[in-house]
Amino acid sequence: MISATNMLTSTAVSAESSRQVVAVLEAVTKVYQMGEAQVRALAGVTVAFERGGFYAIMGASGSGKSTMLNLLGCLDRPTSGRYLLEGQDVAVLDDNALSEFRLRHLGFIFQSFNLIPQLTVSENIELPLYYLDWDANESAARVEEMAARVGLADRLEHRPAELSGGEQQRVAIARALASDPSILLADEPTGNLDSATSKQIMALLSELNEQGKTVLMVTHEPDLAAYASRRLHMQDGLIDRIEETSA
Amino acid sequence: MRQAKLLKNIRLGIKTLLLHKLRSFLTMMGVVFGVGSVVAMLAVGEGASKEALEEIRKLGSTNIIINSVKPIEDDSGSQRSPFSVVMFGLLYEDERRAQETFDAIERTVPVKIVRKEGRLGERKLDLRIMGTTADWFDLVRRRLIAGRSLTPRDGRKRAGVTVLTEYGARRLLATERTIGQSLRIGGEYYEVVGIVQSESGQEGSIQTPDKKVDAYIPVEVARERYGDFRTEISAGSLLREAVELHQLIVQVDAIENVETVANGLERMLEGYHKRNDYVISVPLALLRQAEATKRTFNIVLGSIAGISLLVGGIGIMNIMLASVTERTREIGIRRAIGAKRRQIIGQFLIETVVLSTAGGLIGVTIGLLIPWLITQLAGMPTVVTPYSIVLAVGISMTVGIVFGLYPARHAANLDPIEALRHE
Ligand SMILES: Nc1ncnc2c1ncn2[C@@H]1O[C@H](COP(=O)(O)OP(=O)(O)OP(=O)(O)O)[C@@H](O)[C@H]1O
Ligand SMILES: [Mg+2]
Repeated sequence: MISATNMLTSTAVSAESSRQVVAVLEAVTKVYQMGEAQVRALAGVTVAFERGGFYAIMGASGSGKSTMLNLLGCLDRPTSGRYLLEGQDVAVLDDNALSEFRLRHLGFIFQSFNLIPQLTVSENIELPLYYLDWDANESAARVEEMAARVGLADRLEHRPAELSGGEQQRVAIARALASDPSILLADEPTGNLDSATSKQIMALLSELNEQGKTVLMVTHEPDLAAYASRRLHMQDGLIDRIEETSA
Repeated sequence: MRQAKLLKNIRLGIKTLLLHKLRSFLTMMGVVFGVGSVVAMLAVGEGASKEALEEIRKLGSTNIIINSVKPIEDDSGSQRSPFSVVMFGLLYEDERRAQETFDAIERTVPVKIVRKEGRLGERKLDLRIMGTTADWFDLVRRRLIAGRSLTPRDGRKRAGVTVLTEYGARRLLATERTIGQSLRIGGEYYEVVGIVQSESGQEGSIQTPDKKVDAYIPVEVARERYGDFRTEISAGSLLREAVELHQLIVQVDAIENVETVANGLERMLEGYHKRNDYVISVPLALLRQAEATKRTFNIVLGSIAGISLLVGGIGIMNIMLASVTERTREIGIRRAIGAKRRQIIGQFLIETVVLSTAGGLIGVTIGLLIPWLITQLAGMPTVVTPYSIVLAVGISMTVGIVFGLYPARHAANLDPIEALRHE
């Protein structure tokens, strides 16, 4: 999938540092056409995300946080600019290849959990493996491993509706981890949870980050953003400033 | 591996459909009734036409059958005196002329019918004497049970011999010696030379239908011994009529010549008969007509089937579109995880095909049950042909694919972000 010729050699990032950079946005804009009016959700964003980093994306409502995360998650293509993911220019890929990228490299965690209600916990966790065509035994083992990883090994046959919000979000995290992606994308993952549960989820994300996952998380709450090593502040479709904490 | 995957997908599809049992069942109904009615109607149609076609084929497709009929005007004629003789029908001359005129005629078989009482000792039976030739047995192919049938020699020698039916033999003959018995028919003696199985033809059949009281004798003997006149007292008035031949079966050498000969015979008979006292039947033409009727019937059936399956298909499409809307969020989740468009199409298509195929199978069961009930209760013959079942199941699967494709594509083309936002 990632050929040597496509490896990132742009002026923005040197070949040496490409091993540490997992995703790069270069002058990325996203414009929505609303009838006559145009909405510039992203107004030319340039930013590089390092492998293994924990990024919090903050900013006022409507500043373009979700838009950027969706682009980073290959759910959408930029109106202009380049997006290099694992060295591959994603903006030129077709829908099939984008799906393949999401499947292998990206894991999503949503505010509203987004589990499929008619499937059991284990079937939900298994979904990426199903699309990856894993063999039944291997994927069953993997599902158990992931469920144990988020502390839900005893809930495999439950339906999502039978779980608490925090548990549901842990199932969603297990699902996002199943295909062993390099990047976890989380859009307000604790937006629907109380503060105690939020802390548990944040602790889990930190742990995963320590184990090497790149985490990109949109949040409004400075408390939660404090878990991240870098905070991107957005305003009017641009990254206003990047704040680093060497915790 | 691929097969295992497909099976798994089908299992998942069934599981999803079972989440809404009533809805899935109702969605299926259109196809169930569509397919059921197709199979049932084809079975009834096939049964009816098979019987008719077989009846016609039995008459032989190279044969032309001419029957004598009493002209209508003579029946109601007021000028008729009580002693006048009504003469009508085919003449001995007609047979000779036909043979001389048409090279394509292979042979002709005359039938002369006389009603007489047969007697043997104490036993009596009203017989229908069929004066005919050896060829009759060739054309009509009745199974010989004992002895022999008539031969050309019997005719030439004006031999007083007769062939009885199984029924006639049982009623008239002594049990010990059946063949060779001497039988008295209308005051004349005959030697019983053979017994044939009687195969009773349908009422309204063109060829003089068999009767179990038939007795076959050489036509020359019938003419010599009984003549052409018949006297009968019916409804208090004396009826006297003269008929030379009641039926003439003409066998043509090849199917291509049947029509020409039939037309030629028609013209020839028109020339010699002043009144319309004969009817020409051409089994081949009837066969063609029956086949054409069957084709028309099938086209009508096909249209009905098409319409009902269209309605069933639209029902499926409608429900699947509603299901896609209902499951927009699920589609968004699957797409975000990495499902490709064609995998979403596959998921929904499998559901519609499972639904329509299940409907098709239930429909076939109903379609088998209805003809069976018709046969049991109404006694009508029905024939379920394997091809109609294959056709029905094939069509129902096709309906699933055709009407499932649009909702499935619609699902696959949803924008993942929009779909995820869907409530
Ligand atoms: N599909 C769309 N069509 C039109 N405009 C859109 C669409 N998606 C986003 N926008 C607009 O783009 C801008 C950025 O939206 P975005 O969802 O990225 O904001 P956000 O920072 O995530 O806000 P919030 O904190 O409320 O989630 C907003 O003005 C929004 O109205
Ligand atoms: Mg948002």
